[in-house]
Formats: sequence, C-alpha cells, structure tokens
Amino acid sequence: MGMTITEKIFANKLGRDVKPGEFVEVDVDIALANDITAPLGIKEFRRVYNGKVFDNNKIVLVPDHFTPNKDIKSAEQVKYVREFALEKNIKYFFDGGEVGVEHALLPEKGIVLPGDVVIGADSHTCTYGALGAFSTGVGSTDFAACMIYGKAWFKVPETIKFYYFGELKPWVDGKDLILYTIGKIGVDGALYKAMEFTGPIIKKLPMHARFTMCNMAIEAGGKSGIIEPDEITIEYVKERAQREYKIFKSDNNAEYFNEIKIDVSEVDPQVAFPHLPENSKSVYEAKGIKIDQVFIGSCTNGRYEDLEIAAKVLKGERVAKNVRMIILPATPEIYKMALKNGLIEIFLEAGAIVGPPSCGPCLGGHLGILAEGERAISTSNRNFVGRMGHPKSEVYLSNPAVAAASGVAGEIVHPEEII
Amino acid sequence: MIYKGKAWKFGDDIDTDAIIPARYLNTSDPAELAKHCMEDADPEFVKKMSKGDIIVAGENFGSGSSREHAPISIKACGISCVIAKSFARIFFRNCFNIGLPILEAPEAVDEIEEGDELEINFQTGEIKNLTKNKIFKAQPIPDFMQELVKKGGLLNYVVERVAG
Repeated sequence: MGMTITEKIFANKLGRDVKPGEFVEVDVDIALANDITAPLGIKEFRRVYNGKVFDNNKIVLVPDHFTPNKDIKSAEQVKYVREFALEKNIKYFFDGGEVGVEHALLPEKGIVLPGDVVIGADSHTCTYGALGAFSTGVGSTDFAACMIYGKAWFKVPETIKFYYFGELKPWVDGKDLILYTIGKIGVDGALYKAMEFTGPIIKKLPMHARFTMCNMAIEAGGKSGIIEPDEITIEYVKERAQREYKIFKSDNNAEYFNEIKIDVSEVDPQVAFPHLPENSKSVYEAKGIKIDQVFIGSCTNGRYEDLEIAAKVLKGERVAKNVRMIILPATPEIYKMALKNGLIEIFLEAGAIVGPPSCGPCLGGHLGILAEGERAISTSNRNFVGRMGHPKSEVYLSNPAVAAASGVAGEIVHPEEII
Repeated sequence: MIYKGKAWKFGDDIDTDAIIPARYLNTSDPAELAKHCMEDADPEFVKKMSKGDIIVAGENFGSGSSREHAPISIKACGISCVIAKSFARIFFRNCFNIGLPILEAPEAVDEIEEGDELEINFQTGEIKNLTKNKIFKAQPIPDFMQELVKKGGLLNYVVERVAG
C-alpha cells in the first residue's frame, strides 16, 4: 500500500514506513511560538531545564499578537520573550519593525519549507501545509519540550482527500473554497485528520490562496492541511529558501480515510455567519446585513494578493459613513510592496485605516475592538462569541473582496455591486 | 485518582475563546486566568462552581486557539476533571501536557444532568453518576499518553530522556 504525502514526511524522518494511528516521535525542523504562547513555554523551559536550546537556528519567536504592545502586561510578556531570545541567541527572533503576522512571515522569509515537520504554539501553524510541509499547532508545553530535545510526538493522522474541480466563479478565492468546505463538513468534520487539498482547481491556485486554505484546516478540527508541492510552490520557495528542502507527493495507491469531491462551479463568494466558521453561506444570502467595522488582514488574508484584491474594489470608492475599515498588511515586506505599488494610497483615499502588521483585532487583542452590539465583516478565521471584542458583538467572515465591497456599501454585498 | 464533584453542563463546540477570552491573555498567571474561566460561555461560572467540580460538555470541547491558558484556567479554578463527547486535538494534547484529567465518554455526557454528583476513577475510566446511580465507561487512553501521565507530564518525560 502506498503512502500519502503526510505519511511520507513522517516516514522520511523515521527512515521507515508509517501507518496512520501510530504514535511517533520525530525531529522537528522548526518550532514556533508567539507573544501569548512563548512566555508560558519559556517559563516551563526555565523551570525544568534551562540549559541550551536544542538548536538556536530552529526556534522561531514572533511577538505578533499584542504588538506594538497594547498595555503594560503585554509589554512585560514580550520583554520576557526578548530576554530569552537574546540569552539563547535565537536566530529567528523578530522584534519591532521586523515583526509580521507569523504565518505570513515564516513562508515569506523561507524559514519553513517543503517536506518539513513544523510545530507552532499557535493553532494556525497548519498554514505551512501549503508548502507541502507537515505543520501543526501545539501548546506551550510541547514548544518547551521541543526546545529541550528537538522532537515532538504525534499520532500519525489519517488523511481526508478534498478534490476540487469545475470552474471558479468571479471573485471566488481560496477563502471561499475553505469556508464552503468547512460549511460542508462542520467545525469538527476533520477532527484529528490531515486535510489534503487536491484536484485541477488546486493545481491552478496561486500560493496566497493555498496558504488561506491550509490556514483554516484547524477550523474544521483538522490536525493539518496540506497541498502537494508543484511548479507554483517551487517558484515561490526557490528564491526564499534558507536551506535544502524535500518534495514529497502522495502515491496513487495511498489510502485515505475518506474522499470528498467539491464542484466549485456552484460556489459563490462565502460569508460565515456568527458564531462558527461552519455557518458559511453564499454572499447573496448575507446581502443587506449592516456592518460597523471591516477588518482586512490576519494570517488568513493579509498577504499582498489579498490587499491587491481589496484595492481593486476600493479604487476610487469611499468607505461608507460610520463604518471603520481597518487594513493591516501582514508583514513589513507586504506593507512596503503595497506602498510602492500605490495600494496604501488607494486605501487612505477610500478612508480606510492602515495599521502595522499585527494579529490585532482578529482575536480581539487591540487595533480595532468591537463594542456591545457591533458587527464586523472580517477576512480573519474565527467568528466565535466575543472573538473580536464584546461578547455581544458579531463577526462575519469573508474574502477580502467581499469585505472591501461591504465596507463601501455599509452592508454585506457581493463585490460585483461595487465594481 | 478519584475525582468527586458536581457536574456543570456545556454544549457542543465550546471554543478556547469562550473558555478564556483573549482579552485576558496578557498574562499567564494561573490565579489570574482562573478568575475568568468559561467567562464567555457562562459569565457566572466561576462564582457558582466549587472546588472539585466537573465540567461535562458535548462535541469538540476546546476548539480553536492553541492557548494552553484554557486548560490552565480550568485547572486553576479548581475543576477536577472534564468529560466530553469529544475534544479538539490541540486542547486534548495540552490537557495531558499540563495534567488536567479529561475523559471522552459520549454516553455518559448524554445521561448526566447539571448538578448531578459524579465520581470518576481516572485510571479505570469509570464514571459513576451518584445522583442517578448509573455507571459509564470512558474511552481508553492510548498507551503513549498514559505513559506521559505516569511520568507526571510531558516535560518530566523529556527531561528524563535528555538526562538518560
């Protein structure tokens, strides 16, 4: 019997074949934490061990959640991380103007690569599956353990194959495909499973959309999302890679837990209603829902192409009165490119607020919190109760084009109504 | 270990933002996190519960963020054990890593009502509903994870490995 790409990545690390359900301990290529999860991990590391880290070139610390620091407590947290990073000579510690949203930053810098095993003390670590890596979210204690011995334990997951075919409608992007998929299988539809995205639509999908899809595997309960590397992946990786990498592909006779076929011809731009990502519907069904705030950014949709799409909608338009539109480019590089190519000017002319790279409002951290009864449309990944602020506020999830168009209209609309 | 306490029931898909909202994540102090445990699922929870009580929930408990602050807040506020129909995977992992006992027991969850007195044997997975006089068996815990529990958590296991 053949193996899936996920099984092959584990097999490569162990030097033998693996089967789903096995418990394995494997070497980790990159271990990541942020300003919320790293302090707990570092505290535990110092409590039980406090020697040298297993490899100071394989640990990544990105204080991106509450930075630029929103209050004294969060500044203390980052200070604690900074002191550790300097003491242990951590190569990939990003500070101040180097900070970007971690899951946009690491691929952009070529730190995570095809064939890697990556753990991150952040649930959206599954994003890097878009590069053909096995990548998954863990907790702070797993991160601490990995800093000590360079390994992590896993139950080799079964894989669900998602096969996308048909023809994409205008304004449909990776976000819509993944929201539609989560709507189909539910927020625990892929619990403990690897989600492998395949088919003719995926083969043509640009990297930014692949990142968006793998990013939200966790919202279906998935352990990881993954896409086989191809020319598009290699084109993205080749200029950025900081080291050697390995390409794995699923065997034709690999065994899958399940296969789900999705005809994209029937997929409109999606909007996920409160308070679960699985509540996704066609944007036409959301038409007319009034909004107070728009957020364009996050590890899901804060990449350059996302901003480009938003700019296409916003060019020459004006954000509706009494609506706040907040745009956070996900990394400094993206910000610079958006500035150079005139996107930032379009945003400012439209009356949007352009802020620093940060997770910011996505998790109700800062830079745009919702008041009681307020409603936002957001390009981020979660619309849980209280996610972006007051427990009685509401979040609708969408792609950047729908979010931008809705900001102009003051209510949720299909982008075709604006352009 | 035997845990005895009153059941507090919650529904499906209780996410980690509901267990400990991000507005409290500017600290990792367990005592501070405990004050806000389950706040966005039930704002009165911390006031109502007593030490040793047990959370009983539906499917996919602990979904969403990887924040270990969620199981820490549950443990620190005095909850002795969580029973659910199923757990989200990062939360499941985190509980073993920090030593919060959890059990998967779909039938038990259906039969337990809020306020029932429960007695749980974590080793055997036996759940006694003392109020209703019924006994249930939880899903067995995989050997590898039992090993972690025996060692007193992941870090003890790893430190022992490194020293050995």
